[in-house]
Amino acid sequence: MSEYVLEMNHIDKSFPGVKALQDVSLKVRPGTVHALVGENGAGKSTLMKCLFGIYQKDAGEIIFDGEKLEINSARQALDAGISMIHQELHPIRFRPVMENIWLGRFPKIAGIAINHHKMRKMTRDLFSEVGLDISPDTIAGDLSASNLQLVEIAKAVSYHSKIIIMDEPTSSLTENETKHLFRIIEQLQSNNCAIIYISHKMNEIKQIADEVTILRDGQLVGSYDIDEITIDEIINKMVGRELTNRFPEKDYESSDEVVLRVEGLSSSNPKSFKDVSFDLRRGEILGIGGLVGAQRTELVETIFGLRGIESGKIYINNEEVKIRHVSDAKKHHIALLTEERRATGIFPVLPITDNTVIANAKKYSKMGVISSVKRHRASLESNTRLATKTPSMATLIQDLSGGNQQKVLLARWLLTEPEILILDEPTRGIDVGAKYEIYLIMQELAKQGKSIIMISSEMPELIGMSDRVLVMCEGRKTGILEKEEATQVSIMNLATKFMDKTKADEPDVEKMTDLGLEV
Amino acid sequence: MAENNKKILNLRKVSLMQGSVGLVLLLIGILLQIVIRPAFHLEKTIYDLGSIIAIIGGFILLKAIFGLIQSIKRNREMVYTKEHIKQLLMNNAIFMVLGILIIGIIFIRPDFMQMKVVWNVLSQASTKLILALGVCFTLLIAGTDLSAGRMVGLSAVISASMLQTMSYSGRFFPDMGLPPLIWPILLAILACMAFGLLNGFLVAKFDMHPFIATLAVQVMVYGVVSLYFDMPPNNSQPLGGFREDFLAIGQKIPGTDISRLIPIAMLVTLIVWFILNKTNFGKNIYAIGGNREAAVVSGVNVFRTILVIFVLAGALYGIAGVLEAARTAGATNNYGLGYELDAIAACVVGGVSLNGGVGTVAGIISGVLIFQVIQVGLQFIGISPMWQQIIKGVIIAVAVAIDMAKYKRK
Repeated sequence: MSEYVLEMNHIDKSFPGVKALQDVSLKVRPGTVHALVGENGAGKSTLMKCLFGIYQKDAGEIIFDGEKLEINSARQALDAGISMIHQELHPIRFRPVMENIWLGRFPKIAGIAINHHKMRKMTRDLFSEVGLDISPDTIAGDLSASNLQLVEIAKAVSYHSKIIIMDEPTSSLTENETKHLFRIIEQLQSNNCAIIYISHKMNEIKQIADEVTILRDGQLVGSYDIDEITIDEIINKMVGRELTNRFPEKDYESSDEVVLRVEGLSSSNPKSFKDVSFDLRRGEILGIGGLVGAQRTELVETIFGLRGIESGKIYINNEEVKIRHVSDAKKHHIALLTEERRATGIFPVLPITDNTVIANAKKYSKMGVISSVKRHRASLESNTRLATKTPSMATLIQDLSGGNQQKVLLARWLLTEPEILILDEPTRGIDVGAKYEIYLIMQELAKQGKSIIMISSEMPELIGMSDRVLVMCEGRKTGILEKEEATQVSIMNLATKFMDKTKADEPDVEKMTDLGLEV
Repeated sequence: MAENNKKILNLRKVSLMQGSVGLVLLLIGILLQIVIRPAFHLEKTIYDLGSIIAIIGGFILLKAIFGLIQSIKRNREMVYTKEHIKQLLMNNAIFMVLGILIIGIIFIRPDFMQMKVVWNVLSQASTKLILALGVCFTLLIAGTDLSAGRMVGLSAVISASMLQTMSYSGRFFPDMGLPPLIWPILLAILACMAFGLLNGFLVAKFDMHPFIATLAVQVMVYGVVSLYFDMPPNNSQPLGGFREDFLAIGQKIPGTDISRLIPIAMLVTLIVWFILNKTNFGKNIYAIGGNREAAVVSGVNVFRTILVIFVLAGALYGIAGVLEAARTAGATNNYGLGYELDAIAACVVGGVSLNGGVGTVAGIISGVLIFQVIQVGLQFIGISPMWQQIIKGVIIAVAVAIDMAKYKRK
């Protein structure tokens, strides 16, 4: 019997035109948490999909539990004792949670009729085992993103697998829920279940992983014991170069001129934000912080004309403006990079050119007739400026990595020559190297006198990049912090101001380290 | 190991290769038709094979020239590997099936190789192509249009009712004079556009699924056309006795085998191609189909675009209806029954995705032609219409299965 529960040896996998994995090996010991890190496009997800039977490897071998295994479908993987929590969740939205969990293995009466009663009980047992307080009959589509993620984790647990792959499980979890997940992981470990843990959040990895395997550009950099390596070393190995600073130095002064003033803005949706006021100055990066549910996205989408206004005023350059549609916002040179890249950003089946020029198409046409040459040139220039990595402008955007997709979307909005650029979670799901590039672009734009509003749930990013930080809690502004005042503690206190007292009174330093990267 | 099969070819080189193949075919065709056929008295053995080969060669040549212009404009390089060749075969699998079928038909009936047959296929495909182009607008936004067939009936009846000769005994409007040809035709098309507007309004305003919205309109249109058709003195009698200038639309250009429908369909196709590829409106259609939410966020006027899509589709159905009446020299309220499903099938076989955002005019043309060639060919060798239905169904299933396999990443 080998000391490993899983050995993936010398795995190769290529897609038309891309070598996704080259001679990659991964060895996981039973009952340990094995972190798998690398920039986006490094091949982490591809490797896991090969293990889980979604892709077929071209070469190499998988030895699982001492036996050589050929996995051709997810079903086989599950039967063998491998389960996976996917990065993107696709629940069956109109069906109850319990049906989502037991799909494909419903308990039956006499092998024919589905035993709903038993299924409900099994779900309750499962939820109490992992400490989840959700009714089995809740419709999956009604759950919040984080609860859905926890249900997905419960589902993975329910297979009683020997190994669970977790692909960025904390991306939509709050700090408390993340803690909860870690407790579940500990429990799984004590049952001798191994975890392969994919994450960009280094402090999480440092906290729970036993070993870490680093991939870069589809190749193995190495596997290390977590105690033998520092976070900086991991990051350096991931990007293949020295990363001295995580955030670029600011080498310019922003002006005091107010570009955008929002006064007493309330959403037409009574459950959303109320009475929010703030100023945005020229050449400033204004961060907006808060917990999930603070209505930050709703606020900026309202300013962009996507949502209705109940009351309040918006001034641009000291003139009151009415913004009812996106076209009004664009007229006033406001641009919005939305939070959900896949849902509201990219047109997956369209080429980069079309994706880039869509928001400014009129400029490259006469009387509605387009000029392909102008479109191509504009797209090429804008994407070159941002250093988007792509074989050509005709490439479909769905074939790019997340970071490069994000650059195309930035290129799209830069073409509209915005004066006010709103970025909603601009670096979510993007690797460390690409993050730094996005930061540089943001500073460059601010230097040119553009004003930026940045929503971010990553504390270090919020503190590192913002000139001022506006903090919201449950739909209300709880304060604006100057750069010097903005710390994890001060932001967190404002972000939890209206939350129930017991939470807010606990000193939150420990909680905060969970939320951000590191202090 | 993958490297060994990799070959980097310039698009220009590929175009040049393609061009020379086209040129050779063109020359062989001309040689066959003009020199070899008369010299060896092969009129009854190879028929018009020469012309057909020449036409195919000409198309390949045109495509190569187009590619060459592209490669000069944007110096594009393409990497060809075994994967690509496999993909290329897959993309064109349906054409290969078609080719095998045609060769089989030619073996049984060599006189299938006549230009007359080619023109016949094209003229019959004309109205179907226009209809398919109309439906494709709605498919591109991940919608559908079930009212297309009934709109054909509406347009056919309206135009026919006003374009009968003075001497015909069963005139729809006994006291009407002879209006200029264009007015009844425009009226018919406008009626279809009005119902198209209703389609678009239901879809855009109430966010109704196009399947339901257009189903409702389909039923309504049939009611309207039946009421109109039942007006005294006509009382639901089939319309006939059309004027010569109206009938001429569906007839051959004097002195040739070419129906006037063919140039009309070509013009319409060109316009649709232009709209889809060269206008902001067309790009917005693909954007809405590709990701509706992202289109909203990008400031695309989704409401207006959807409205115009359905109005435009209505106009195309209207044109198809007028042509159908002229071609068949008749019209009843039941004209066009089920045409929408044929049109959707042709689009889908031509590579239009029902999920929206994917589809080309060239694909739709090939989709329509595949069905038409098979229909005419099978009739030619005397296969029963029942078998024809089965074969048609198999083609839809196989074509779409191949198409889906293309998008699967394994």
